[in-house]
Amino acid sequence: MNAVVDLLAGPWEYDFWRRALLVALLSGLVCGVVGTHVVLRGMAFIGDAVAHAVFPGIATAFVLGSNLVIGGAVAGVVTALLIAVVAQNRRLKEDSVIGIFFAAAFGLGIVILSAAPGYGGSLESFLFGSILGISDGDVVSVAVIGAILLLATGVLNGRLVAATLDREQARAVGLPVFWLDLALYVMVTLAIVISLQAVGNVLVLALLVTPAAAARLLTDRLGVMMLLAPVIGAGGSVLGLYLSYAFDLAAGGLIVLSLTGIFVLCWLFAPRHGLLRRTRRSQSTSDGLHGALVEVKS
Amino acid sequence: MNEPVLDIVGLAVDLGGREVLSEVDLRLRPGELVGLIGPNGAGKTTLLRTALGLIPPRRGTVAVHGRTAKQAQGSVGYVPQRHEFAWDFPISVAKAVATGRTHLTGLLGRRTEQDRTAVDAAITRVGMDDLRTRPVGELSGGQRQRVLVARALALQPRLLLLDEPFTGIDAPTQELLSGLLTELRDEGVAVLMTTHDLAAATTLCSRLCLLNRTVVADGEPAALADTDIWLRTFGLDRAEQLLRSLGVSR
Repeated sequence: MNAVVDLLAGPWEYDFWRRALLVALLSGLVCGVVGTHVVLRGMAFIGDAVAHAVFPGIATAFVLGSNLVIGGAVAGVVTALLIAVVAQNRRLKEDSVIGIFFAAAFGLGIVILSAAPGYGGSLESFLFGSILGISDGDVVSVAVIGAILLLATGVLNGRLVAATLDREQARAVGLPVFWLDLALYVMVTLAIVISLQAVGNVLVLALLVTPAAAARLLTDRLGVMMLLAPVIGAGGSVLGLYLSYAFDLAAGGLIVLSLTGIFVLCWLFAPRHGLLRRTRRSQSTSDGLHGALVEVKS
Repeated sequence: MNEPVLDIVGLAVDLGGREVLSEVDLRLRPGELVGLIGPNGAGKTTLLRTALGLIPPRRGTVAVHGRTAKQAQGSVGYVPQRHEFAWDFPISVAKAVATGRTHLTGLLGRRTEQDRTAVDAAITRVGMDDLRTRPVGELSGGQRQRVLVARALALQPRLLLLDEPFTGIDAPTQELLSGLLTELRDEGVAVLMTTHDLAAATTLCSRLCLLNRTVVADGEPAALADTDIWLRTFGLDRAEQLLRSLGVSR
């Protein structure tokens, strides 16, 4: 019992731990909410693209010593716009254009970063996160941007739902579908930027997609999904952080694995859509059929 | 009172540099139920989309309630083809119907008493009261069509455009939809629907508009007995088949 208390309370004496916990919690929360729209729109690939696209911005900001969050946001939005413009060329499908640009952005980021001294170390912290090295200023940025994002989701939710549900009808009644798309891209970009420090560039997609996907398995109601996804996101992030403390292993990786664990549990045991439930249901259907056949025979 | 609700004059529309519609004239007055008939690729959906302000005309004018199609956006009821809708979205029937009024709500999406009344009435009209809380993913094809119609009716439109509402639905829904469209017509709503179901269109519609890139014929079903019109709209093979189904022989 004491060991559990020690494990739970132990790390609290460290400032860096409290900051890490706060950032993990906030990232999980915000990514869960924004990620719900990502999952429902089937735009996980775009999320991945944006995650890569913010990289050169962050690298530039790092080299210049300016704010990483702003640098990442600018690069992400610029890339999103480039993709939107180039994808107007009908010969190329959007996914090819996205593939080209996010790889290019990533390449650019590595080149910029290699100009800075201590290249290897900073590259690693960008790619895989450095949640234990977060400053007070970072925590404030994450909190402020996170609050803005939650507010924006609240304001735009109904219109985003209408546009995702049926673009044709949304356009027909005059909803600004293009601007809603753009707003969602910007929101995804910002959610990714504030979560980068927790899990890093490579893994940030998990924070955006996994909790929302797990929540989708648990419910057929949007409102419930938008509550469950942030709870799963925040819970999984905090769990991962504790595991990292307990076993002294990489925090970013454990956060992602915790989220994945929750997803697998949902996939297996979800009340209506889980694997077990579906198997049992199809068994009972075949039993029913068998029973009916027997009755017919007799 | 009898001002046209939809007034299309000399319309030409290009899609991807190719002329899809030319010299189209079509006028709908309150209380008219018009069937838009034509082969695949005749430009039926394009005509609806132009009337909704989704495609700019190259030539000619589209007036809805005396305004341009773009200005009238948000007041016209539209039932697109069923595949436009994301049926895997986690949303209930009632909420899906309510999205038809999303553009009228304030920024936080607060719904007024008027919103709720309109949505409830629309759900009742399509006979979906007992399925209000059902996720849309669990609905049959006919029930899905009802949801789309209810979503359009939630706007309480004076002009209703439907794209292939009778395709792939069960008999009860077909019956309900026919009755509903007739009711709406009697209430003074102008209804324009594209359809492949010629037999249904002939009994249901007060007017048929035969379209193939342009309006080939426009009139009461009985006045369109001239086989030549059908030949020009559909071509020889298809026209013979259609005419047989209508009991008209050449």
